[in-house]
Amino acid sequence: MSNPLLTVAGLGKRFGGFTALTDVNLIVAEGERLGLIGPNGSGKSTLVNCLCGTLRNDMGKVTFDGHALNGMSAHRRTRLGMARSFQLPRPFTTLTLAENIRVPILYAANVKTSGQAIDPRQRCEALLDMVGLLPKADLKPADLTQIEMRKLELARAMASDPRLLIADEAMAGLSHQEVDEILELLIKLNGQGVTIIMIEHIMRAVLAFSQRLVVLVAGRKIADGVPQDIIRQPDVVAAYLGS
Amino acid sequence: MRNAYFILAALAVAAVTFAVARSIDNAYVFFAGYVVLQYIVLATAWNILGGFCGYVNFGIAAFFALGAYTTVVLHKTMPFLPLPAMMLAGGVVSGLIGLGMGYLTLRLRGTFFSIATLAMAVVAQTMITNWNFVGGSRGAYIIRPADSPIFSGDYIQYLFVVMLALSVISVSLARAIQFSRLGFGFSAIRDDEGAAEASGVPTLKLKLIATALSGGLMGMAGAPLPYYVTYLDPASGFSLSYAVNTIAMPLIGGTATWLGPLIGAILLGTLQQVATVTISSALSLLLVGVLLVTFVIAAPKGIVGWFKK
Repeated sequence: MSNPLLTVAGLGKRFGGFTALTDVNLIVAEGERLGLIGPNGSGKSTLVNCLCGTLRNDMGKVTFDGHALNGMSAHRRTRLGMARSFQLPRPFTTLTLAENIRVPILYAANVKTSGQAIDPRQRCEALLDMVGLLPKADLKPADLTQIEMRKLELARAMASDPRLLIADEAMAGLSHQEVDEILELLIKLNGQGVTIIMIEHIMRAVLAFSQRLVVLVAGRKIADGVPQDIIRQPDVVAAYLGS
Repeated sequence: MRNAYFILAALAVAAVTFAVARSIDNAYVFFAGYVVLQYIVLATAWNILGGFCGYVNFGIAAFFALGAYTTVVLHKTMPFLPLPAMMLAGGVVSGLIGLGMGYLTLRLRGTFFSIATLAMAVVAQTMITNWNFVGGSRGAYIIRPADSPIFSGDYIQYLFVVMLALSVISVSLARAIQFSRLGFGFSAIRDDEGAAEASGVPTLKLKLIATALSGGLMGMAGAPLPYYVTYLDPASGFSLSYAVNTIAMPLIGGTATWLGPLIGAILLGTLQQVATVTISSALSLLLVGVLLVTFVIAAPKGIVGWFKK
């Protein structure tokens, strides 16, 4: 395994009396494609929120690229090179698509590469072109279809120039063909050197995408390994299908 | 450079405005015009926080009156200070109050934030009412100098010019912000704070910039008030009508751009002044109410919204 980019050690999160995550350990290597699965309510999104700084973890440590992240605000994590897409797309509704992309370029990408600032306009066009939304650059998000919204969400996450992309159910609710489109996009991004954690319910997509699979059940990690082995593991099958 | 051209154009418009006002042989033009200009500043300042960032501030009267009371204090302690210096001081006081309010309340959102600002206004009014040095509930008398210190004319002309300059500054500032990196950050906060933070926008810092700027400009707008009214008491300084007018103007003009509050303030402010003179002063608030209801129903994006797709 190459250098670890993200290290999660003993992570725990409680909401009042409810324990959402217990002692989660995870290492993600640079350039890896990791699939994170688990039944509804198993803590996947809570884990993402703890990683990205939207929530504060109560226990454990998260290290990204050698930086300890505990207590760090979400925007600083984004500037370090950690980007996410939201499960339900959350575009900036009063801004055009181009302006949506411009925000992370101005606030994350150009902050990191201080000194050699990239031209926001060019970068913005390149990103919209990558997801095929360039012709709609001057429209508002309300004019987009569901899959276009997902693509915008991914383009905006990529606009911060991340080293790690966390795609939280980027394909939920899409058709068979649309899933393939997003999948192709994510694999292309990975080919450009971006480490990706994919959270997904669509098993076909997860299996096609992941080099390694991690399974969360009731806030605990129950499996971690090669996808084909993992999905045959009895406790994973039990968690998904019942025993 | 586009900002520099805009400021030059705004200064030219201001110069023409003053020349036209001078050509009308009636001092009341300046008294009425001063109020309209004051509302241009207030509406523009409110819009930086309310329109750009989406945080609705009901505490306008507090920022405005604290600016005015700063002048009362300076007038009693350092009467030799020129008015622009007092305005700067008023701006600093209200800006700091804005910063403090921002820090204490910005974890609140939506209605909760608005109610907190309203509460802050009540607290500020109570404190001023009980502060004997500035006249307490009796109010304070300020004697307005007879002549303008920088050109030949009444002092009211001087007040008019000062407020005209502040309008140019506020509108230019709001416009510069709208097209800057800061403006994109503000819009992101207004639309979705969580997504903004995930895009690298330091939301807390930006909100503090907005509350401080907005509060500071309101304080500067209030600072010349004691010289304008010559008698200032808490009830009139903290009057709710300032808050109602200041919120109504951007809503009527359109909150998304720098132009909306300007149009709203000129339109509504002028209408109120005309109504006050020709019909009755009680009518002006009724006008605000009727226009506000009409616009909220018929044109929720304001006048500027008509011209955008």
